[in-house]
Amino acid sequence: MAECPECAGNIAIKDGTEVGEIISCPDCGSKLEVRSLSQPQLQKAPQVQEDWGE
Amino acid sequence: MSFGLIYTIITPENKLLLEEAAKQGMKLERISDSEALLPITQAQKDAPDAILQRSSSFTRTLYTTMYYENAGSRVVNSLAAQHSCGDKAYASALLAKAGVPTPRTYVAFTPESAMKAVEKLGYPCVIKPTVGSWARMVNKLNDRDAAEAVIESREVMGSAWQQIYYLQEHIEKPGRDIRAFVVGDEVICAIYRISTEKSGWLTNTGRGGKAENCPITSELREIVLKAASITDKGIYGVDVMESKNGLVVHEINHTTEFRNSIAPTGVNIPAKMIAYLKQQAKI
Repeated sequence: MAECPECAGNIAIKDGTEVGEIISCPDCGSKLEVRSLSQPQLQKAPQVQEDWGE
Repeated sequence: MSFGLIYTIITPENKLLLEEAAKQGMKLERISDSEALLPITQAQKDAPDAILQRSSSFTRTLYTTMYYENAGSRVVNSLAAQHSCGDKAYASALLAKAGVPTPRTYVAFTPESAMKAVEKLGYPCVIKPTVGSWARMVNKLNDRDAAEAVIESREVMGSAWQQIYYLQEHIEKPGRDIRAFVVGDEVICAIYRISTEKSGWLTNTGRGGKAENCPITSELREIVLKAASITDKGIYGVDVMESKNGLVVHEINHTTEFRNSIAPTGVNIPAKMIAYLKQQAKI
């Protein structure tokens, strides 16, 4: 389990999740980036920037 | 052989690529551009032989690709390709120079010049940022009031990039456009991107446009490969409109997304991309 840095809710990290993946907090809906899996750690996901795209 | 994947975040596409690499027995080193500290005056000696460039940021893409190309890596897509495609103004100019049908486009740097371009194009016309995707700040200018409002907003509130006024002829299309996927010399598949109530006049699947398989006709293949040939061979998403005068290419995406295109086309796009990356390491 990881803690949501926005609302402190508990978030289960699904198997197969990658470091760098963006997940949503089921409690507050915040977009969060997975920073670590061994000791599950999340941080607020980066905002889409002006030069982001495909 | 060693391989890398440059990323900003692990998008659904990047996750599919990592999974596909694992299936093909390829160890794909994850290179986070957020954590990058590039010693740009000292070439890295053990840089991966081939790297898939999947950064979300156009600016970071340019710097990281420059660094790894200097270190001897084969980066897909190349720095030259990113320069040619990542800025819409460059892409429009190169497409026209290569004789690929593309919408008439002007670039202006002041509101006064931008309004002159709008008057030359007539209404409706389209204003886009030169960098970025997902139809962000792509606006249809239906009349002079709309044009003045959008241009003034950009002048007052926009960044330096938004004050590069890229103005384009509006092409009437049948409620859809085409995204064709190019890997090396091959058009591997294509989708129709169909406008919906949610996407409005836009067709981007990220904005609610619907994806359906698009057959690859000889006409489509020819124009798409010609468009991709404006720069180095690589992996591209080429956007094509069906105008009343025939097919018209409006954009080439150098970090193409594909999450919504695998199911309708039945083509394993990430598998083709990983196989191409393997080939590049051998060149």
